[in-house]
Amino acid sequence: MNIPVIELAGISIAFPGRGKVLSDLDFSLYAGEKVGIKGTNGSGKTTLLHVMMGLIKPDAGVIKIFGRERKEEKDFREVRRHIGLLFQDSDDQLFSPTVEEDIAFGPLNLRKSREEVRRIVEEMCTLLGIENLRDRFSHTLSHGEKRLVALATILAMEPRVLLLDEPTTALDEKTTRRIEELLVSQKQLTYCIVSHDMNFLGKVSEKLYILEKGRLEG
Amino acid sequence: MIDSPFSQGKSILHSLDPRVKILVVSLYSFLTAVEKRPVVLLYASFLPVILFFLSRLRIREVVKRMLPVNGFVLLLWLFLPFSFPGEKIFTLGPLVATREGILYCLILTWKSNLIFLTTLLLLSTSPIFHLVHALHHLRLPSRLVQLFYFTYRYIPVVHREYTRLSQAAKIRGFQPGNNLHTYRSTGYLVGMLILRAYERSQRIYQAMLARGFQGTFWTLHHFQWRKADSLAGVIFFLYFLGLCYLKWL
Repeated sequence: MNIPVIELAGISIAFPGRGKVLSDLDFSLYAGEKVGIKGTNGSGKTTLLHVMMGLIKPDAGVIKIFGRERKEEKDFREVRRHIGLLFQDSDDQLFSPTVEEDIAFGPLNLRKSREEVRRIVEEMCTLLGIENLRDRFSHTLSHGEKRLVALATILAMEPRVLLLDEPTTALDEKTTRRIEELLVSQKQLTYCIVSHDMNFLGKVSEKLYILEKGRLEG
Repeated sequence: MIDSPFSQGKSILHSLDPRVKILVVSLYSFLTAVEKRPVVLLYASFLPVILFFLSRLRIREVVKRMLPVNGFVLLLWLFLPFSFPGEKIFTLGPLVATREGILYCLILTWKSNLIFLTTLLLLSTSPIFHLVHALHHLRLPSRLVQLFYFTYRYIPVVHREYTRLSQAAKIRGFQPGNNLHTYRSTGYLVGMLILRAYERSQRIYQAMLARGFQGTFWTLHHFQWRKADSLAGVIFFLYFLGLCYLKWL
């Protein structure tokens, strides 16, 4: 039997002032699956992704990733090498001075050799069509450019799974289409996208859930 | 909002290794700051002048950057001449300006301009991230370096947030005046900025963790120490030797 790459069971989490955000939530993601999760603002979509990455600790529940239970920060270090998370606000994600160095940040953390990192940077720039941005300062990029660069920084880690948090919010149609095409063309990718954009989710996901009242409905 | 036009040039100064620059600036600032004798300061003045010609910057731009510093210096001129005992030069009501006070002020003005000019010429001719990398290489505590770098990186973001908030206030008819409402609203705005900056810092840290950050910043581009840097190092060393000689012998 195939083991899910990500498996959540009975996840509950509450925030002060917001009440229960996730309540007894179950979720599994299998290798090769392309899953979309739709939810309204404040329904806990971001929280869900952050729980999978170990950035937020749930109050209750079991997190199994790559077949092993993950509890502490230490357990999640390995998880983060293999799962890429795209943040909602690209300004949070791009902190290096230049685009090139931002793409290199992850691979360098994985202690790849400089030649290899250079090759990866090259590849990512070509893949996303951002060669012309390589030497630009991150903070002078436009909104759409930042999103593409942020996606490149994630893909540069060569992740086994991608988690995308509202990847198309506030993007123009052209950039949205570019991300759509990229996701669809990478057949081997496993990913989970949360968004409230039904149109986009319909195009890029094969399986769709709705996050409501802290639980996922098929 | 932040631009660094000086860092774009192509002079000898621009291509000098940032590690050399940082060391020279630190040493120079220290030696100059503790000096009082005009003879030594005269010798110290050669460095910024030579650097200026090497940098090929426009004098107008440089002077423009010097103005704010001299604003502070001007404040000193308001008080210091009157607060030293000594030979009377002139009186202003009950205040007595002394020769010692004025000389002291002159020396102070001279020194601060020398230090600022040297710092400006050496450091602003390197892109910020070269300086940051250099600080790492000079074994400064990485927390300090990161603090410095992130401050630089996120000032525009915080500024943009500030603009958004103050525009939001404006379109709802907010007009600053000398009243409680203005003070309270401004307080809210500043509070909100701090809160947002804090929350953003959390998100950035999470984003870094998500990409495998474990406490060390690895850099893609390494400095190449060139022959010219060694040569420059030797010249600076000799210059400082001269400065120390004048100072202590």
